[in-house]
Amino acid sequence: MLKVQAISKRFNPGTINEKMALDRVDLTLDEGDFVTLIGGNGAGKSTLLNCVAGVYGIDEGTIFIDGKDVTRLSEFKRAGMIGRVFQDPMMGTASDMGIEENLALAYRRGQFRSLRWGITHDERNHYRELLSSLGLGLENRLSNKVGLLSGGQRQALTLLMATLIRPRILLLDEHTAALDPKTADKVLELSDQFIEEGKLTTLMVTHNMRHAIKHGNRLIMMHEGHIILDIRGEEKQQLTVENLMERFGKASGEEFANDRALLS
Amino acid sequence: MGQIMLGAVSLGLLWAVMTIGVYITYRILNIADLSVEGSIAMGAALAAHNIVGGMNPFLATGVAFFGGMVAGLITGILHTRLKIPALLSGILTMIALYSVNLRIMGKANLSLLRMDTVYSTVEQLGMVKNHAVIVLGLFVVLILVGILYWFFGTEIGCAIRATGNNPQMARAQGINTDNMIILGLIISNGMVALSGALIAQSQSFADVQMGIGSIVIGLASVIIGEVLFGKRNFFNRLLSLVLGAITYRMIIALVLRMGMPANDLKLFTAMTVAVALSLPVFRSFLKPLKKSGKEVI
Ligand SMILES: Nc1ncnc2c1ncn2[C@@H]1O[C@H](COP(=O)(O)OP(=O)(O)OP(=O)(O)O)[C@@H](O)[C@H]1O
Ligand SMILES: [Mg+2]
Repeated sequence: MLKVQAISKRFNPGTINEKMALDRVDLTLDEGDFVTLIGGNGAGKSTLLNCVAGVYGIDEGTIFIDGKDVTRLSEFKRAGMIGRVFQDPMMGTASDMGIEENLALAYRRGQFRSLRWGITHDERNHYRELLSSLGLGLENRLSNKVGLLSGGQRQALTLLMATLIRPRILLLDEHTAALDPKTADKVLELSDQFIEEGKLTTLMVTHNMRHAIKHGNRLIMMHEGHIILDIRGEEKQQLTVENLMERFGKASGEEFANDRALLS
Repeated sequence: MGQIMLGAVSLGLLWAVMTIGVYITYRILNIADLSVEGSIAMGAALAAHNIVGGMNPFLATGVAFFGGMVAGLITGILHTRLKIPALLSGILTMIALYSVNLRIMGKANLSLLRMDTVYSTVEQLGMVKNHAVIVLGLFVVLILVGILYWFFGTEIGCAIRATGNNPQMARAQGINTDNMIILGLIISNGMVALSGALIAQSQSFADVQMGIGSIVIGLASVIIGEVLFGKRNFFNRLLSLVLGAITYRMIIALVLRMGMPANDLKLFTAMTVAVALSLPVFRSFLKPLKKSGKEVI
């Protein structure tokens, strides 16, 4: 489904700030894989997701989505295949536009946009149903501006938008990190539900080890631009936070350092 | 006094066309586009030159509109394809247009006295020119408001709004943000040039200098409209722009009548806009404890 072959990404090449954020990373996600991605600060997790999404061009390597080489496709062209939710709740929605307008934008992802109405009557009914399934009362506020919503509501809406057209890959980058614990749990629960119902191939970054262990069928860990652990199946089910830390130490020769991970 | 206010209304209507153009870049695309200073004069220059050359005034006005769209296209390409910051792209186009406009007209100003203009047609219905300007101006403004109201509700229009609001999100939703910015700049500058063409014909001359400070006048009108007439929904916003442009002209007519020297106009306008734009700062300064309107999940 997603095949990343030997991709490298260097920031600020040739300057004193040069940074090898991804160093010949290989990764294959099979259809229906739900992979959690964990790693220390600056390990390259967000960079990996951004390279897959086409936010950054890569220096070397190839990216296939659904068997198609997308390495040279621009971000907006890949968008039809990819659903994304970001860490910052402000980032995934247009705050000056209505809830229904945001959904309508997402509904046309990957499609040609013409001079037809930006939102139709049938769509509204469809959105109302979907929103009520979130259980946040948003179904009665279709025309409200998204800027009025809380961070949790916005992340739930962004999640709905990311999956409105079934994405070939769903990329979640610490999408609950900016939320309070209770809200984070609710959004994670919704994510699980969407992923399961749609059998979505998912790559989810988290800084929370418990979440990384509890969710998904496969866990990978990054360190300094490399994937250093890839644990799946039975083995993943057996994981505990302690033995994950230990395995990280063995694989990287360092102690696990993520300021946010230690806090949670 | 009544005559002065009537003049302010007619001038305001013509400037409303320009104000809507400024609104598209400044509020919808979130770009301060200075190329409009060149486009408004270009519209005037193209219309005047072609009318003097014997072209049908409506066609000449159409040519002006088209010229403005080309100017917007150039700013858009400089900004999106060549990655020049928006402000600088606009300045480059504005400066370049100054020379272009001089070339179009062949000199710094062109008189349209005793020439047929778009208003002549309306005058033939038995009206004095001042009234003809109001009738035609109102007609043009209402049509444009209608078209824009429709356009920004379409899929492409929504994509332009999303691009201005959150380009990152827009790209994630598959929107070609570069093209949307270019399209917005094209529409905006087309309208500004159209406004220039209508203004030149109403005042019976085109002047290469007439764009100077126009961006500030446009912004002043946008802000006056928003503050006085509201921004509840898009239709309300569009009407506010028109009323804002007219109000701006009335204010100017009033202060001039109260004895302010005409030479101080630009200083006055700039100060008004500076104060209006800084209002949010003063407001937050006065209300530091205002609770946020956010809700929990
Ligand atoms: N746009 C950028 N320009 C320059 N350097 C960058 C950029 N984005 C990331 N980097 C650098 O690349 C490295 C990897 O960053 P990345 O954001 O991928 O880390 P991460 O694993 O997501 O970390 P975190 O847990 O802090 O989010 C870091 O050293 C970072 O400073
Ligand atoms: Mg990150």
